[in-house]
Amino acid sequence: MGSRASTLLREEEIEEIKKETGFSHSQITRLYSRFTSLDKGENGTLSREDFQRIPELAINPLGDRIINAFFPEGEDQVNFRGFMRTLAHFRPIEDNEKNKNPTASEPLNSRSNKLLFAFRLYDLDRDDKISRDELLQVLRMMVGVNISDEQLGSIADRTIQEADTNGDSCISFQEFIKVLEKVDVEQKMSIRFLH
Amino acid sequence: MGVSSSCAHSSETNTGHGKECHATTLHLSHRAAVEPQEMEEFWAGVLWAMKIWLYLVVSLIMMPAMFGFSLGISETYMTLLMKTLKWATMKIQKANAEEQTLNGPSSNGLIQRGNGSMEKELEELRRSRPKPPVGGDFTLSDCFYFTRRGIESIVEDEVTQRFTSEELVSWNLLTRTNNDFQYISLKLTLVYGLGIVVRYCILAPLRITLACIGLSWLVIGTSAVGLLPNWKIKLWLSEWVHIMCYRICARGLSATVHYHNRENKPKKGGICVANHTSPIDVVILCNDGGYAMVGQVHGGLMGVVQRAMVRACPHIWFERSEMKDRHLVTKRLKDHATDKKKLPILIFPEGTCVNNTSVMMFKKGSFEIGTTIHPVAIKYDPKFGDAFWNSSKYSMVSYLLRMMTSWALVCNVWYLPAMHQQDGEDAVQFANRVKSAIAHQGGLVDLQWDGGLKRAKVKETFKEQQQKKYSSMVVGDDSSSSSSSSD
Repeated sequence: MGSRASTLLREEEIEEIKKETGFSHSQITRLYSRFTSLDKGENGTLSREDFQRIPELAINPLGDRIINAFFPEGEDQVNFRGFMRTLAHFRPIEDNEKNKNPTASEPLNSRSNKLLFAFRLYDLDRDDKISRDELLQVLRMMVGVNISDEQLGSIADRTIQEADTNGDSCISFQEFIKVLEKVDVEQKMSIRFLH
Repeated sequence: MGVSSSCAHSSETNTGHGKECHATTLHLSHRAAVEPQEMEEFWAGVLWAMKIWLYLVVSLIMMPAMFGFSLGISETYMTLLMKTLKWATMKIQKANAEEQTLNGPSSNGLIQRGNGSMEKELEELRRSRPKPPVGGDFTLSDCFYFTRRGIESIVEDEVTQRFTSEELVSWNLLTRTNNDFQYISLKLTLVYGLGIVVRYCILAPLRITLACIGLSWLVIGTSAVGLLPNWKIKLWLSEWVHIMCYRICARGLSATVHYHNRENKPKKGGICVANHTSPIDVVILCNDGGYAMVGQVHGGLMGVVQRAMVRACPHIWFERSEMKDRHLVTKRLKDHATDKKKLPILIFPEGTCVNNTSVMMFKKGSFEIGTTIHPVAIKYDPKFGDAFWNSSKYSMVSYLLRMMTSWALVCNVWYLPAMHQQDGEDAVQFANRVKSAIAHQGGLVDLQWDGGLKRAKVKETFKEQQQKKYSSMVVGDDSSSSSSSSD
């Protein structure tokens, strides 16, 4: 509902978030409204349980990995800035942004950053490599109990074989980008905002 | 109060102010001697005013309510209210017109969700490379589909929004719905201020009085009727008492109800099902006919009311322990429903209150009994007040107080034609059919999700369904039978 919510978000903060993420003013206030409605403890941060309360997310096979992406290493709470920073990856790429000042830092929703988000979904221990084990674990999350260990293992092996170019039996971020170079990442990893 | 400040002054300055201080205290004590007399007169005046107030209330509101005719006072109030709200809406829209042209049409949704099925989306993702000859069809980009669905549901999902009050498109001059609307004009603020005064100082006491009268009359009246032996007149009297009390309670909430299709009104010996938004649904429906209630036995005030009601005509109250026994519950409901002399049972199959923008899963218990089902759709108009009871946020008492300080309660009730369970249709399908009919009539979203998700976690089986569906896309249809699950 957020009757007082928008007054708790100061104008300077909105401006900062706007610069950092590229969301518009009205999008930020609406997302703040959403943030506060999810924050059942009303302490200005979200915990993993707050996310789990969304039924559609709880039944998503990769739900836990997606939730994990919001939390920085070792932390259990995410504030609104962190929330927006993660959501910013899914902002659609607009044409005028492509010609931006090249010295400015890469926007959060660039193709490369979107791919990095997906890479981190697989990279469980955050060591910038997807090992066979990690790939197996994520595959297991996605298929549940419906595929045998051997079959899943051969799928993982084949995937790594196709992607691995330097022979270390792991997929690095560069190899990941190469494999997916033909995929329309901009469209598939973007959410269409209405305002 | 002015005395203390002037004395404090004297302690600081320490001059002849001390004498002044003394003089003022003398003056006060003189006043104190006079005050008891004034106080008595004051209280006598208050009592007299209250007597007049009560007589007015009884004659102008209670009497018409009891006998079912109207003096037109509420109608005038409603027309005045609607004109005011329309004017306010226009003013706000004019002020926001600039913003609106920039943002396009204002819809309530934040994002446009991708509505492709899992199969379609994954196919598109995999188009970039040929299908491998052996092994499973998996690509690293498969996760994009789940990721996007997950993030979409974090930004906006179908379920959690049903458990909080509906967001209004345009402000209705109540503080509680003030959602980011800025100062617009002096006139609007004045009307808003006037509204507060009217609602809290005039309407609320009036409504509370009526509600108390209505409730006490219910208890007294039904107990009195209960003392009569079982003649035919007892039934008629009990119905009359019930309706009268509910009418008074409805006036106590300034409820304006429009009943549609009254030829489909539930008849004796059936079950009436309706969508559930708040406990006031009972008052709304019972204004137009007698129903037998079903529910748990409560203690306290509710318990007194329940026991009184059951003396006049049969209702079905369960002890907490009995509710666990499904067979017992079904049997008692069936016994009551098949008795053609008893009033139709009123059941809310959602099992919990939701915010009147959607209808959530109907529990199949009442649809297994096998009697005629009379569906009823209830839709409140959110402009005049928010009827949804958010039980995790407000207790019953504070909820009722909020209702009594809203503008009014306007709702539409549609009676739908009776439905029976068809051959080859199980209870769940029948329940879904009834739910769709109610949702369609009331203009509500038809959801498959369980209203119990308000408090409980979603069942693991739904996740397993998703996993199964995805697995069949990876290894094809030979290892697992492809199930057509609702996505």
